[in-house]
Amino acid sequence: MTQLALVIDLNVCVGCHACVTSCKEWNTSGWAGPMSDHNPYDADPSGTFFNRVQTYEFGSYPNTETVHFPKSCLHCEEPPCVPVCPTGASYKREDNGVVLVDYDKCIGCKYCSWACPYGAREFDEKQRVMKKCTLCIDRISDTQLPESERKPACVLACPTSARLFGDVHDPDSEVSVAIREQGGYPLMPEWGTNPGNHYLPRRKIRLHIHEDELVRVNNPLQKEEIVPIDSGDTIDDVAW
Amino acid sequence: MHPAFSVIFLTTLIGVGQGLFLALFTAQLYRLTGLLEHDPGTLFYQYGSLLALCFLALGLFSSVFHLGRPERAWRTASRWRSSWLSREVIALPLTMVTIALYALLHYLGLTQPLITIGEDFSLDPTLIAGTVATVMVFSLFICTSMIYAAVRFIQQWHTPLTVLNFTLFGIASGFMVAALLAAWMENGLVSFFGGWAVVATTLALFGRSAALYRNHKLRGKSSLQSAIGVRHTIVTQKAMGFVGDSFNTREFFHHRSPRTVTAVRNGFLLLLFPLPLLLLTPSLVGGGSLELLLAAFGSQYLGLLAERWYFFAEAKHPQNLYYQTRS
Repeated sequence: MTQLALVIDLNVCVGCHACVTSCKEWNTSGWAGPMSDHNPYDADPSGTFFNRVQTYEFGSYPNTETVHFPKSCLHCEEPPCVPVCPTGASYKREDNGVVLVDYDKCIGCKYCSWACPYGAREFDEKQRVMKKCTLCIDRISDTQLPESERKPACVLACPTSARLFGDVHDPDSEVSVAIREQGGYPLMPEWGTNPGNHYLPRRKIRLHIHEDELVRVNNPLQKEEIVPIDSGDTIDDVAW
Repeated sequence: MHPAFSVIFLTTLIGVGQGLFLALFTAQLYRLTGLLEHDPGTLFYQYGSLLALCFLALGLFSSVFHLGRPERAWRTASRWRSSWLSREVIALPLTMVTIALYALLHYLGLTQPLITIGEDFSLDPTLIAGTVATVMVFSLFICTSMIYAAVRFIQQWHTPLTVLNFTLFGIASGFMVAALLAAWMENGLVSFFGGWAVVATTLALFGRSAALYRNHKLRGKSSLQSAIGVRHTIVTQKAMGFVGDSFNTREFFHHRSPRTVTAVRNGFLLLLFPLPLLLLTPSLVGGGSLELLLAAFGSQYLGLLAERWYFFAEAKHPQNLYYQTRS
């Protein structure tokens, strides 16, 4: 079985929002209809987004660190939003594990959004249906595109390559290796939703320099001094 | 959670309708076993069922306003295997149909016994229809409340107390309306229905108090640490990713001050329990009037609206952890 998902490296993300804008651009111009905005250039702008980049700070001054946190649908392996849907508009694709909404079947009751602990679903006020990240399903499944472009818009847009895309069930895929080797973790594991998307933690690169590496213990002059030969022949004196 | 008035009216109105039907059928069963002195009369069953249907229809009408695409509502019956919402959508019309059938049988006067067991017990068509409708009414109580109780992420709702309280509130308010109707029709059953309304209201007070206490003690299963996966005691959000608002900030927050929420809670505790009981007491002891009963029901229904509002306001969704700071 395949489970397509994203792996987001929080150590690399710089919080530039390129994934947010490219997501909106790709998905608002697609066949599924626009992701509507309300007052986009006015006071109190509001609109539908599949992806947001949030910023958190931990620690207290001066020992603080900032982490930029891109947040979208996690494409859970046990998606709690799917069984609650009364119409079957919300579904998980059998072939690649992507959780989708059929906009033609959705009645906009918002019940699925209550059943998502991550707040990954957003109601479109114009189209009056629930929307969510599709992992750019129209793009990743488009065989007309060259293989290198069959990736979600956010992944292609990321300037720091903080976003990886692939099959988390394939142990040898780029994403599985990253999760395994760089401590990838799921969000809110306490709910048992088993998210497909994983996050790689902040990893501080520290140089371990010991005291004796900074101050040379032995005096170089002493060390390189010609040691006087005080007794007997040395091997150097032997004439062959 | 954001308290949506469509849902508040839906759940309270159908609750009254269901409770009213249960009151009618309780009277019929009491008559059957000879425990009830006065005969409510066939007209009482007809009017009562019609009134119950009106409450259910009003609730159904109100629910439409919660949908983004009401014209597709017919699709909702398809996922009854997994969705409580789908089950409710099936149970509500079925309940209405069975209550309508019950009313129709009374209207047609089909009350001749089909079978008589012993001397007292006689089975007539209205009794069969009433039993089926009673089963449907209780199924509907379960379906409606399980929509909320089944959302495990909202810990304040995820308890059997939700099912119990929805049912008890429905029964209490329904019997209150039955008492009102009995007073209006002057069939001598005010104290019968009123008595049961007192019992149901008291039980509901215990149920709701238990839920309030439980939710007061409740601790969130998720934290900001588990939400973003950073292991530090001090984690603060600096930006939620946008400056305005979004569906996430509208649907899951009530945007009211803690004082308002507390005031609503105190308000419903007063309007829902002691006040209606106080207004009902004169009618139970022989005094009382139609106006007092109307006031009792009015107070209780207002209390129910406040209670349902508070039910939403007190529910804390884990997604709110991601939407703490606007900047």
